[in-house]
Amino acid sequence: MRNFLQVMVDAVALGSLLALVALAIGLVFGVMRLINFAQGDYITIGAYALVVPTASLTPALLIGALPVPLMVAGIMLVVILLALATERAAFRPLRDSDPATLLISSFAVSYFLQHLVMLIHTGRPKSVGIGQALTTPIDILGLRVPGIQVVTMAVTAALLIALVLFLKRTPMGIQMRAAAENFQMARLLGVPANRVIAVAFVISGVLGAVVSLLLIVQTGTLSLRMGLMPVIFAFFATVIGGMGSLTGAALGGFLVGVASVLLQSFLPEGLRPFRDAFLFGLVIIILLVRPKGLIVIGAARERV
Amino acid sequence: MLNITDLTVRYGKLTALDGVDIRVDAGEAVFVVGPNGAGKSTLLKTIAGLLRPAGGQVAFEGRAIAGGAPEALCRGGLSLVPEGRHIFRTLTVEENLSVGMMIRRDKAEAKADLEQVLGLFPILRERFRGIAGNLSGGEQQQLAIARALLQRPRLLMIDEPSLGLAPLVIEGVYASLRELNAGGLTLLVVEQSTARVLDLASRVYVIRSGKVVLTDSAEALATGDAMEEAYFGYAGRADA
Repeated sequence: MRNFLQVMVDAVALGSLLALVALAIGLVFGVMRLINFAQGDYITIGAYALVVPTASLTPALLIGALPVPLMVAGIMLVVILLALATERAAFRPLRDSDPATLLISSFAVSYFLQHLVMLIHTGRPKSVGIGQALTTPIDILGLRVPGIQVVTMAVTAALLIALVLFLKRTPMGIQMRAAAENFQMARLLGVPANRVIAVAFVISGVLGAVVSLLLIVQTGTLSLRMGLMPVIFAFFATVIGGMGSLTGAALGGFLVGVASVLLQSFLPEGLRPFRDAFLFGLVIIILLVRPKGLIVIGAARERV
Repeated sequence: MLNITDLTVRYGKLTALDGVDIRVDAGEAVFVVGPNGAGKSTLLKTIAGLLRPAGGQVAFEGRAIAGGAPEALCRGGLSLVPEGRHIFRTLTVEENLSVGMMIRRDKAEAKADLEQVLGLFPILRERFRGIAGNLSGGEQQQLAIARALLQRPRLLMIDEPSLGLAPLVIEGVYASLRELNAGGLTLLVVEQSTARVLDLASRVYVIRSGKVVLTDSAEALATGDAMEEAYFGYAGRADA
């Protein structure tokens, strides 16, 4: 039982992380019909901004050397500016293109950013020691939970609540939900398209920065592709949650994270290397049963 | 107030509007009727900035507006209730109306307008906090019109207000439009059905295959079959 609870804590912690990435993808998809694979590179660059660009495998800290509040603010600023720059330079000129073109452009942006990091930091993985105090386990009701998992869950809960309040209570949040449902009608009512999309990218930047920091504390490793797997998993999360539904994206993130950890823990030893195959098999089964995802929005999703 | 001259709009090689001239004066209720595919919705979408014309001019209150961004045109006093209503189904009635009021700077007056609009459409007050997607077709049409009214437009354009509604509900929607027009609001309404047009219209344009084939005052059209003939293509040309 204790073992199961321990596994569930791991599962919920990973689910929380994926929910944050899925929300970022879902939010931008909502207002732009763009599945932004560059979200993974926002995470990577946020993490690399912690250290001084050198060829060293144990680089000195840059933004990571600042006191925690300043460090968090600094990484957020870097990722927000990056997200806004990609929106302005790559996605805005293609805004009226079909979703397939937008998707391909996001791959292009992603490759560009990966190679930019490689150019500045070299392509070798590096180790970075930040927030190591958080990796020591805390004793909670007999369970030994690493502090970072508690922080991950608490931060996710706080961000989810903040996002819900923003979307439900603020004029910009309501406009964003309106634009996500029917972008053209929102524009006809005067909702400023550029501002709504920019705010969606700012939020995706904040979420990306938070995921950068949580990942780096968990793993202590910087690598060019560190954002890739979270984004692929989060993409599946948004698909099974129902594209365009933010509740679905968060729910999908939790489900994928939980399923991943449960498979890792309870699959027979010999099958564990194939965990992802089982996970993606589950995604296929969910989509066969509910092709539009778990949460379907009644309104037409396509822009007309 | 609105002057459209020689307007041409194309979808690729297909010409949807071909040299259309339409004028709407302040306080009028101008109707554009025509069969399916005549170019009626294209006309309203072009005026509202959703489509770029291939040629011709659109002037609103003396300013050229063709090709302007929809959000800017709406702030400039033009509101469109598009075909199919397009309310935000996942938002509440209140939130839908708040998006309509977003462009208003005079918050106190906007609040007073909200009260007035809820007086005009009492069902919206009853369903104020309910999800808009749960409203009936007629209620959704009322919400779409109410939302547009809260922008306090100087010209309200409505695409097929009677589409998909029961006769009694259409009666209610037209009664509201009549009241609004009597209160001084200029209307440009597109309808496929000619049934109720003459009750409300001051002038009517009939378009077929992207061209204006007849235009006259509602009074003149009330007698004789000119409108039906033009609509079904018996009349041939506008000057026939």
